[in-house]
Amino acid sequence: MRQLLQLICSALVLSPGTSVALEFNMPAGVTQTSQSIYGLHMTIFYICLVIAIVVFGVMFWSIFHHRKSKGAKASQFHGSVLVEIIWTIIPIVILVAMAVPATKTLVDMYDTSESDIDIQVTGHQWKWHYKYIGEDLGFFSILATSKEEIENRKKKNPNYLLEVDNPLVVPINKKIRFLFTSNDVIHAWWVPDLAIKKDAVPGFINESWTRIDKPGTYRGQCAELCGMHHAFMPIEVKAVSEDDYALWLDEQKALKQAEAASTELEWSQEQLMTAGAKIYEKNCAVCHQADGSGIPQAFPALNGSPIALGPKADHMAIVIQGRLEKGMPAFGEQLSAVDIAAVITYERNSWDNKTGDKVTPAEVQAVMEKQ
Amino acid sequence: MSEHMDTAHHGPAKGWTRWILTTNHKDIGTLYLVFSLIMLFVGGSMAFVIRAELFQPGLQLVVPEFFNQMTTMHGLIMVFGAVMPAFVGLANWQVPLMIGAPDMALPRLNNWSFWILPFAFAMLLSTLFMAGGAPDFGWTFYAPLSTTYAPPSVTFFIFAIHMMGISSIMGAINIIVTIFNMRAPGMKMMDLPLFVWTWLITAFLLIAVMPVLAAVVTMMLMDVHFGTSFFNAAGGGDPVLFQHVFWFFAHPEVYIMVLPAFGVVSQIVPTFSRKPLFGYHSMVYATAAIAVMSFIVWAHHMFTVGMPLTGELFFMYTTMLIAVPTGVKVFNWVSTMFKGSMTFETPMLFAIAFIVLFTIGGLSGLMLAIAPADFQYHDTYFVVAHFHYVLVPGSVFGIIAGVYYWLPKWCGKMYNEKLGQLHFWLSFIGVNLTFFPMHFVGLAGMPRRIPDYALQFADFNMITSLGAFLFGTTQLLFVYIIIKTVRSGKAAEQLPWDGAKGLEWSVPTPAPYHTFSTPPVVGEK
Repeated sequence: MRQLLQLICSALVLSPGTSVALEFNMPAGVTQTSQSIYGLHMTIFYICLVIAIVVFGVMFWSIFHHRKSKGAKASQFHGSVLVEIIWTIIPIVILVAMAVPATKTLVDMYDTSESDIDIQVTGHQWKWHYKYIGEDLGFFSILATSKEEIENRKKKNPNYLLEVDNPLVVPINKKIRFLFTSNDVIHAWWVPDLAIKKDAVPGFINESWTRIDKPGTYRGQCAELCGMHHAFMPIEVKAVSEDDYALWLDEQKALKQAEAASTELEWSQEQLMTAGAKIYEKNCAVCHQADGSGIPQAFPALNGSPIALGPKADHMAIVIQGRLEKGMPAFGEQLSAVDIAAVITYERNSWDNKTGDKVTPAEVQAVMEKQ
Repeated sequence: MSEHMDTAHHGPAKGWTRWILTTNHKDIGTLYLVFSLIMLFVGGSMAFVIRAELFQPGLQLVVPEFFNQMTTMHGLIMVFGAVMPAFVGLANWQVPLMIGAPDMALPRLNNWSFWILPFAFAMLLSTLFMAGGAPDFGWTFYAPLSTTYAPPSVTFFIFAIHMMGISSIMGAINIIVTIFNMRAPGMKMMDLPLFVWTWLITAFLLIAVMPVLAAVVTMMLMDVHFGTSFFNAAGGGDPVLFQHVFWFFAHPEVYIMVLPAFGVVSQIVPTFSRKPLFGYHSMVYATAAIAVMSFIVWAHHMFTVGMPLTGELFFMYTTMLIAVPTGVKVFNWVSTMFKGSMTFETPMLFAIAFIVLFTIGGLSGLMLAIAPADFQYHDTYFVVAHFHYVLVPGSVFGIIAGVYYWLPKWCGKMYNEKLGQLHFWLSFIGVNLTFFPMHFVGLAGMPRRIPDYALQFADFNMITSLGAFLFGTTQLLFVYIIIKTVRSGKAAEQLPWDGAKGLEWSVPTPAPYHTFSTPPVVGEK
């Protein structure tokens, strides 16, 4: 089957994806839960298969033997209470037999008590935020696939659309509790190998847990339609040994301190522009577009916009506080003062915008602290 | 009988105003059917856009925001514009003929229920040309994506939904009143043909749930324009409330879209098996049981939303239970065929395909009922495969089977059997090529409603797209067959199917403009 399909596709010379293995079943995954779900899935599948074979078997047997062209005479029987009762009872028995293991798995999945690590997962249009509760650590995780690949200007890499800049790092063999919520619309956090799919609902918190058996990288995607870039907010979970996890935590905290310190530093215009370009591409280009032209009727252009050419204070205010009713997030809650300073500097000095302004991290810090 | 059906005196009005002003159930039935066929192609062309974009990974043809508009409009148009009106069209033609009534009970209401629809859909389609684009939040329009974050055209969407709801409710009232009051003398409820029974039950479902849909879109309207916070957590509301109210409507809605197809198939299978329907009574009870149970299973669409454990278990058990009456129906059809004397004309082919493919959709539905497994299936292409199996080779094949079955009676001409069979086989291959691979990509992890996907899904998506192009273009053949039949088909006999039973076959062919002006007498068995 697979060879046939690959043959068809390579004959058409259309698909760039033929080198990737073809998958057609649910992954068994790397947790006990995912494996018991896989077991349920296969059991119910085989039950369905048997039912289908029996029902269609009788049907096609009739179709072949009881046809007029073969001289079949129609019987005139038209009902039997006993038969009706039998084929009501048998399915009920099968269903009860199926419900028992399903209930057991479900009860187990709902037991989120006694976790070792708690991670808050917040959905944003269109990225995930991970906060390690009790660790003073949190970061955004954004699609890392390049625009060139999406627009077919560059060969797609094997992890196309399933790769992020900052993966979620977790230790193996620990009970990890996830707390899901959202900042805007409903998203759903789904990693098939962990068998977790849970909606991230704004204003509410959902729970789920996992205990990963095997180190590795496990990929998933947002599973609830969340707007324009729903297809472009993947999830990447890196499961590492406990020691590696401890090392990683220290590293992240050191990075965070360095970042905080950088607010105090003197930033040159070039440094801000270079940093700003990167921040812009990750956070702003989705809506306002890489060339600052925006999307008519939906997202305003920044190129030549009154905000980007007007007073710095207004520009800082809108980036920091957002304009929620129009879908503009409050970046003061998402980015550091350095990042905001850099991106505003970038926006005021890119494309046809030539204000020559420089916005310093200290200025941004001052505005943010006032709120 | 033909003496009291003097068409010269009571024929249709002349000119195009006939179609605007008509209160004749046959005219209105035709209007509904033609309208739904047009909508099938409008919705189908949107599916074309979707499948063309998904032919390969990467963004090729459309931008993501337009892709979302296409998936949303495709769903809305197929559900409210194609499937539902087609069944109302079949009911308009067939219910009076099958119960020996001269017309629907409320003919003017009938005219109005149809004529609302073109305006509702014109309004819905006009949103494609509005600033900010058409609705792009999925046909399930979950808040707050459809409220706080919606394009401005959402208001037109809400109004259009209201109009469709009014149309459906009026149509349902008409059908109930007709069936209760206008049966031929001597025809008891348990003498009703199954198509009439399934429609009666469907009509009750419509009256029960369309107001719920109206309520939920009104709450949306209040949130969008009048500052309420039904679905806005920041104002004390709850986005999940939207889903509960929506699915309380939309789960019975899926049975609304399939019960009349059960009815059509229950007429066709006995005819071509030349054998009475097996288990008539249990068919009626099973239909009623499905209808009642459809009200207590809605949250199985929301297993991942974060319900308490008891909620999950309740909805898992009730959903599994609904497989029982559905199974009874399938077993009864198979038993009807068993020891029959079968022939396989086009209506029978579509009916058999309905039974097989609907059962496949039903079995994947049973898999989806297992809540823990649903965590993996939910919002993937596995679900897309499941509901397209019950709606396309399910409802749509049921409608097509009904059209082939009754077309000779409607227009007095016989369709070309060879072309009909060609239409069937191309549709059958196309539909499976389109929807079967969706099971695989869904299980392998492809979410629904995405314009671009990871590379491991590429091969199956290409097959699906090719199947979709085949299935879509094949339906042009259906249009050709219908037009050719009406214009130049061979004259059909009074009883075109030798195994057919029922009052609809007792009237002349083609069915005169007015039938049963004097009620037939039934019950002298």
